[in-house]
Amino acid sequence: MTDTSAPAMTLPADAREPQGPKPHRISPARIGVYGFLLISAVFFLIPLYVMLVTSFKTMPEIRLGHLFNLPQTWTVQPWIDAWMNACTGRDCNGLSPGFWNSVKIAVPSVIVSIIIASINGYALSFWRYKFANVFFGLLVFGAFVPYQVVIYPLIMALRQVHLFSTLPGIIIIHTIFGMPILTILFRNYYAAMPVELFKAARVDGAGFWQVFLRIMLPMSVPITIVAVILQVTGIWNDFLFGVVFAGRSNWPMTVQLNNIVNTTTGTRAYNVDMAATIVTAAVPLVVYFISGRWFVRGIAAGAVKG
Amino acid sequence: MQPSVSIKELSLNFGSVNVLKALDLDVFPGEFLVLLGPSGCGKSTLLNCIAGLLDVSKGQIHISGKNVTWEEPKDRGIGMVFQSYALYPQMSVEGNLSFGLKVAGFKKDEIGTRVKRASEILQIEPLLGRKPVELSGGQRQRVAIGRALVRDADVFLFDEPLSNLDAKLRSELRVEIKRLHQRLKNTMIYVTHDQIEAMTLADRIAIMKDGIIQQLDTPHDIYNKPVNLFVAGFIGSPSMNFLTGKMKGDTVVVDNEPVGIKGYAYDNDKPADGTEVVLGVRPEHVSVGDAGKAMPVSFGLEVEIVEPMGSDTLAWSRIGSQPFAFRCDSELNVNTGAKLVVGFDPARASMFDKAEGHRL
Repeated sequence: MTDTSAPAMTLPADAREPQGPKPHRISPARIGVYGFLLISAVFFLIPLYVMLVTSFKTMPEIRLGHLFNLPQTWTVQPWIDAWMNACTGRDCNGLSPGFWNSVKIAVPSVIVSIIIASINGYALSFWRYKFANVFFGLLVFGAFVPYQVVIYPLIMALRQVHLFSTLPGIIIIHTIFGMPILTILFRNYYAAMPVELFKAARVDGAGFWQVFLRIMLPMSVPITIVAVILQVTGIWNDFLFGVVFAGRSNWPMTVQLNNIVNTTTGTRAYNVDMAATIVTAAVPLVVYFISGRWFVRGIAAGAVKG
Repeated sequence: MQPSVSIKELSLNFGSVNVLKALDLDVFPGEFLVLLGPSGCGKSTLLNCIAGLLDVSKGQIHISGKNVTWEEPKDRGIGMVFQSYALYPQMSVEGNLSFGLKVAGFKKDEIGTRVKRASEILQIEPLLGRKPVELSGGQRQRVAIGRALVRDADVFLFDEPLSNLDAKLRSELRVEIKRLHQRLKNTMIYVTHDQIEAMTLADRIAIMKDGIIQQLDTPHDIYNKPVNLFVAGFIGSPSMNFLTGKMKGDTVVVDNEPVGIKGYAYDNDKPADGTEVVLGVRPEHVSVGDAGKAMPVSFGLEVEIVEPMGSDTLAWSRIGSQPFAFRCDSELNVNTGAKLVVGFDPARASMFDKAEGHRL
């Protein structure tokens, strides 16, 4: 670094004191870190690249086996087939019915679970009612219960109330299973808020719902966005609950993707499989890209304050 | 006169910890009462109980003659100002001021009149359209006071309202709160750990420690006649000198050095010779040089440490082996090692029983 500022000029060149911004030097550790990051990124991106190029190739070209080559003749037919014509067992309507089923499951589940969880979190952090800690402890415990343990009892219970294999049934299931983590998220967010705000609202005469709706909810936008991301991706990617509880006519996209890819009749259409997989993964990917900034911020906010 | 706020045998337990212990307190209408004490003494807890934000374990709270022990905060006729301002961040200043009135279902023009009046009193009219983030600390606290003002409350509660402000703003707002009190003549209960705030604002100060009110008195009496060692040591800066010794006639013998106390006005009988006592002398009540010689009690000292404070100088010495500080004029240019004659008037000193701590 050449230093041409006035004070340095008056000093002899060899007696120059450190001044101004510290020079940045590239250290071996830094090279190592960037190297590691680069290799990791390539490692995770290669499968995506292969999927993308394969989905635009024709079947004869795929059979040549050049996995990494770009398509010689580009075709969007596999994408159209994946969406409309691919066969899942007997039906050959592609993924589109599954896509709409997933939308019908995800949208109400996300909305209902977040509404309930935000009220839970608010009540748990501001209204220290009796047994609040016991209730919270049970909820936290609920976050660690393996799903497989409760599936069979839940099937029995839902069958009793005639909700097994129905759309409301699967929505209830997703709402219940989202509750522990979402409640913890909202509770921690509200716990980090100054309690004096709540006290001031109480002195101003606001009750349980008024404090929640007029004071707390308008301040909950960041954490609500985090909750939406968590729930949308979680419910969209769900396979187990969908296949068990939704019923054949409501099977979500993930289940139909599985049926397309694992179909046993005819030749395996790799290009269609790849296109179908990318279409299914697209929704969570888009959600991450749009809101990644919020996601990190919210998770960090929830994690630091307990 | 019927008290504005009356607290009767109030106790509060958090689990097995007694935060407030059978506390009695009467605050008169229009009085400015300051609750003063170190952290954890229960002063904020007491204020929260009066506001109805904490359920009490035992006892009663009366406000304006009504038993409000079980009432909601909004039904107690109180307005409250918090240390962190606690303004609703998503609302404008006007929204903050009018929120409580809207919740209470007031008519629009009534809300307008009240908000206008409060913002005039506090000179925040130009800020009405702004959000709290766009305000300085002093402006925020003014809005917070305004929020209490619009409620037309009988009693104002302040929970360390100036602690988040810098020193200059704090003294400005202190004067403003005093002016506000003189104008509104409401009952005000004010919690602070800052004794300057307490001394300057209060009609009476309640000094609290361990959930008990140690002394409830005018600032003058708290300063001049502290009832026990805790109050004597807590009030005053620099703190009072405490000299432990034994009674002998009209002297207290401190490590074999007799210090005269002739002229001290005992609360009760003079303790017998040999009783262990603590003699309290405020550093600012000690005179130096000729003025010291003229005092009823005077003696010579050697200065060990000098702390210049600008307006005056604090000099540290010893009587026997016990530290003794006194204030002298900064013009005197006292140096370490200087030998001085100092004196004090026992009538302005305090004497405490060593074992019990109470005033003699």
